[in-house]
Amino acid sequence: MADIDLEKKFDIHEIAKNKLAEIEKFVCNIYCCHSTGCKSSGSDDILDLIKSIVTEHKLEEKIRIVATGCMGLCAQGPLIRVEIKGQQDRLFKRIDLNAAKLIMEKYVIPALDKEVAIVKELEPFVLSLDLPFFKKQEKVVLKNAGHMDPEDISEYMARGGYLALEKALKTMTPAQVVDEIKRSGLRGRGGGGFSTGMKWELAAKVPTIDEKFIICNGDEGDPGAYMDRSILEGDPHAVIEGMMIAAYAIGATEGWFYVRAEYPLAVERLQKAIKACKKNLLLGNNIMGTNFSFNIDIRLGAGAFVCGEETALIHSIEGARGTPRPRPPYPTNKGLWEKPSCVNNVETLANVSKILLKGADWFASFGTETSKGTKVFALTGQVEHSGLIEVPMGTTINEIVNEIGGGVPQGKKLKAVQTGGPSGGVIPAQYMDMPVCYEELKKVGSIMGSGGMIVIDDSSDMVSLAKFYLDFTVDESCGKCAPCRIGGRQMLALLDKINRGKGKKKDLELLRRIAFAMQKASLCGLGQTAPNPVLSTLKFYESEYTNKLVDGKE
Amino acid sequence: MVNLKIDNIAVEVEDGASILDAARVANINIPTLCKHPDVDPSAGCGICIVKVGGRIMRSCCTPAAEGMEVITNDAELKEIRKTVLELILSNHPNSCLTCGRNGECELQDMAAQMGVRSEEIRKILSAEPIDDSSKAIVLEPAKCIVCGRCVDICQNTQNVWALSYLHRGMATKITGANDTKLGDSPCIKCGQCAAHCPTGAITDYDTTAQVWDMLKNQDNVTVVQIAPAVRVALGEEFGFDFGSNLTGKIYAALRKLGFAKVFDTNFGADLTIIEEATEFVRRFKEKDNLPMFTSCCPAWVDYLEKYYPEMLPHLSSCKSPHEMVGAIIKTYYAQKLGVEAAKIKVVSVMPCTAKKWEIARDETMSSSGYQDVDAVVTTRELAKMIKQQGIDFASLKDEEADNPLGEYSGAATIFGVSGGVMTAALRTAFFYITGQELGNLCFGPIVGLDAVKVAEVDIMGTKVRIAVVNGVGNAEAVLQEIKKAQENGEEIPYHFVEVMACPGGCIAGGGQPRVMGARFAKPWGINDEIRALRSQGLNCEDEQAKNRLSHHNASIKKLYDEFLGAAGGEKSHHLLHTKYQKRPLYK
Amino acid sequence: MADASNASQVAAKWRKKRGSLIMALHEIQDVKGYVDWSDAVELAQGMGVSLARIYEVLTFYNFFKLKAPGKAVISVCTGTACYLKGNDKVLEKFKSELGIGEGESTADGMFHLQCVRCVGCCGLAPVCVVNGKTYGRMTPDNVPAILDEWRETFKEN
Repeated sequence: MADIDLEKKFDIHEIAKNKLAEIEKFVCNIYCCHSTGCKSSGSDDILDLIKSIVTEHKLEEKIRIVATGCMGLCAQGPLIRVEIKGQQDRLFKRIDLNAAKLIMEKYVIPALDKEVAIVKELEPFVLSLDLPFFKKQEKVVLKNAGHMDPEDISEYMARGGYLALEKALKTMTPAQVVDEIKRSGLRGRGGGGFSTGMKWELAAKVPTIDEKFIICNGDEGDPGAYMDRSILEGDPHAVIEGMMIAAYAIGATEGWFYVRAEYPLAVERLQKAIKACKKNLLLGNNIMGTNFSFNIDIRLGAGAFVCGEETALIHSIEGARGTPRPRPPYPTNKGLWEKPSCVNNVETLANVSKILLKGADWFASFGTETSKGTKVFALTGQVEHSGLIEVPMGTTINEIVNEIGGGVPQGKKLKAVQTGGPSGGVIPAQYMDMPVCYEELKKVGSIMGSGGMIVIDDSSDMVSLAKFYLDFTVDESCGKCAPCRIGGRQMLALLDKINRGKGKKKDLELLRRIAFAMQKASLCGLGQTAPNPVLSTLKFYESEYTNKLVDGKE
Repeated sequence: MVNLKIDNIAVEVEDGASILDAARVANINIPTLCKHPDVDPSAGCGICIVKVGGRIMRSCCTPAAEGMEVITNDAELKEIRKTVLELILSNHPNSCLTCGRNGECELQDMAAQMGVRSEEIRKILSAEPIDDSSKAIVLEPAKCIVCGRCVDICQNTQNVWALSYLHRGMATKITGANDTKLGDSPCIKCGQCAAHCPTGAITDYDTTAQVWDMLKNQDNVTVVQIAPAVRVALGEEFGFDFGSNLTGKIYAALRKLGFAKVFDTNFGADLTIIEEATEFVRRFKEKDNLPMFTSCCPAWVDYLEKYYPEMLPHLSSCKSPHEMVGAIIKTYYAQKLGVEAAKIKVVSVMPCTAKKWEIARDETMSSSGYQDVDAVVTTRELAKMIKQQGIDFASLKDEEADNPLGEYSGAATIFGVSGGVMTAALRTAFFYITGQELGNLCFGPIVGLDAVKVAEVDIMGTKVRIAVVNGVGNAEAVLQEIKKAQENGEEIPYHFVEVMACPGGCIAGGGQPRVMGARFAKPWGINDEIRALRSQGLNCEDEQAKNRLSHHNASIKKLYDEFLGAAGGEKSHHLLHTKYQKRPLYK
Repeated sequence: MADASNASQVAAKWRKKRGSLIMALHEIQDVKGYVDWSDAVELAQGMGVSLARIYEVLTFYNFFKLKAPGKAVISVCTGTACYLKGNDKVLEKFKSELGIGEGESTADGMFHLQCVRCVGCCGLAPVCVVNGKTYGRMTPDNVPAILDEWRETFKEN
């Protein structure tokens, strides 16, 4: 008897079925965005209020309230989505307690019986789901975020969660999994853009003598980007499932999440998710009754951008200063505690289960020749609809900024878009029709990066912007190698001199000379790319520099 | 083996060799400021870049691979290297003329070689204060180029962890935990950091001015002694081959500097052996705190006092040789000379920075009623003094030391080599136990540069187990092994343990010449090959010595007859032995 | 003393686990607000890590504080979105209102002002965080009210 119960209890199909049946009973689902952005504009109190109203009206059996992950349109938060059976879904923006009360009393409760129109007082809070912001997106990684309770493993299963893991463990060999990912064309979403399948293949080739690790890089440090945070907050199980599949594919014995300490909510959701997996026997020995055994632990960063570099990250987990070391040897051969280790980014891993379920061909149907799938961007800066978006690779900057983003506000003009954060560069308005993919961005002197996309309007000064980024990398330089440690600081001094109107032509030459040496002789990516914001603004907006020079004006 | 081409020259190197190593095989010197043969590549300086298939790589840490084609010096590489060097110089003061490393600085050499002739990049200098609190070595943060050699040596080689990095980026500073001054830190003053520093950021606590003052003062009788290891290394500063034993020339130079008497610490080494062998024989028979540890290395003593105070009873109570000589000079010799001890100044020339600290480590260092040794200069400092005096060292005729504190045996001179003290002590201990001389005077297994060398010596059927720890970084394992046996009530693994803090022994001490600069064809720092050559210089002297046994040193015998009485007697104890105390890691 | 024993407890908890130094430092700081010399010494002893290594780590990462910060820690986000939307002016306002610079605490120990790199609320830019509470769409004019709010909070306690 007990055996049968146990089997049922932990059968993902059974859990999913029960959860779906449970959800089906409700007439209305209210989704409250409960990610860091909306929480900080008060979604906790709103959630409590809605709960109390539901209780007050004894509607617990009709209305399901779900605290979800990021819905995307962060600038308009807190956001609430109401789904009533047989009726049009409604999205409400910039909710406060009053608005929440109104929504409940003037819309939700009456609508439970029959469809109602939006009353006038509610109109300012309504956000049309027909906005290009929603219509133009293609959600693969963010499919679940905003649509379910990230802290409920059964809801993840109800939405197809852990089916990919089951498929891998029960029907595929590790080599087949690697092959599927390789064929999909998935590339590292942390910024490197290295083929994930190839990385796995390299990692799988190294024999597992005693231990092999899979590490999830959640040290999202690019200032102005929060894709990974939102994924971890909104759909932690997707990342865990991806990690488990990766572990199976490469023969890893243990998994490590390395997450920024600045993301307490992401860490908390991840911890809960791991706990739920353990409880449901999805972590531990002989997972799903197979020979696959695996465990996951979390380690926190402590405020060092350079720890996004994989060897620095490994040093950090080991309890040392997060300084990079030369490669080779690559972590796939010698990584954490000298054991073979494969480091993958959060978004990369979040793609894995989808690829396995729907197939490499499906994934490869999105994107361009060399950049497949979708990409999540944190669209911020001087743009109307600032938020988290996901688009197929190859979407043009124009579509992203002007259609999805709704353009530059306050009647100002678009000047440029910045991608790749402190390692990237600016893309001037004349390249707006450029498709966003790894190669194209490189051509104009920027990079894909991890997904920060900053919109810059014509009131911005490019020298100051370059200085802002350089200031960041100088602050974050680990100090280990001379070109980065001193080069960045000296470039910053030159920019400061120019900005103060004291610069001369020869300072621009020197700026370029130091930048070149830094790019070529720095030990890790941070130093090699730190001059990019300067070089790229110099390339496209040199006059903004020369206009500030003592001897520059013609 | 791996075959590759460097600048079109075919080279064959061992698996695992770096491109930098491979280039050196091809006689191509790729410049570097951070890589040193004794440390793993830190990849810090960014100077040693080369091109491999068009890609710029660091040669220090990129393994040579089969079929690789490497370019070490094209126009682009030259330009990048020069810019990186200029950046490093922009963060380094221009105080070369008054720097302790003037003329023997790797950064200075490189700036000269690369032809940096202007200062296009504005200086950004550290304002961190100088730390001379250890009175042995001096830290000058403004001159640090963060190559990481010292930290690697201090933490990984020596296992001392006095030096560490603090902060990051341009604020990165090399110092003690929480910016603790070196004098208040776990530093054992071994000086390996100073010996490996490429610039003037870590130097000797300079006492040459003090010595010149002593020499200037006509009321003083300023005498000098030289440690065993000095004689096989000083020559490097004057163009001699590695390991050249130049005892006679050094005596001559010291007289030219104005020292009234020239003695030899080797005399003290023989004296140490008489006392230490006597102590060992007694402790071995009485099973008193075995194993007994040698005590002539002050850095090792400091290490044990700080890290393993519970093991202090194992240390021999013998002072180090130069301290014994100091005490004898200011008592026995003062009487002989008919000079007040107060007027005698004793200067020790040592391969060691810890000796600078040792001379005032506690009151037993003033057993004569005065501080027994007044000043210590390192081998490097002596070289400077000889140059300052305008002495043409190479042309000096050999001279003899003054007596009676100048006579020594072959056993004494090998004190400067790892395993030497143990060898010397066993020769005499064997005689004390058996009344006979050893047939074979060397113990093969304890010779050489291995980390821990172990042997078993048969003394008339009694097995004496010995261990020689080459470098204090290897001591922890041996100490733990002993502690474990003690805790488990098992037979102790050793009876007698020698520890020298510096890898290779005193011949590669923290105060020895740095192997670098234009005068060497291959200017890339001390390595095991050089350690072996210096060791050989001392071992040869032992092999060729008329007397190779401390207990046959006639002057020592006379000293006991005329003055000390019995070995290990009351007078010996007062003058030649010391005591130990637990010291905190951090004050 | 209570703090000291906390460091020992933390050390005991993490001693046997791998990759635990940073986690242990976080736990000490979570309770105490900073990590001081006595904590570091106890952690070094308890975990068998050298004190030098602990300080290497403590001073490398921005997150760790060696001294007690003010009761209310004001973090002004200096991420790109916040920068573009003028958080530098908000920072200046905090500085002038409090009479302290970045990384400093007020004499009464009430406030500590620091800059942080992106708190991930770019949609709400410019953003400030005080003791975990986020303030979005900041303007210099909001600053006095926020300071008053926290002065009240600590008066009540």
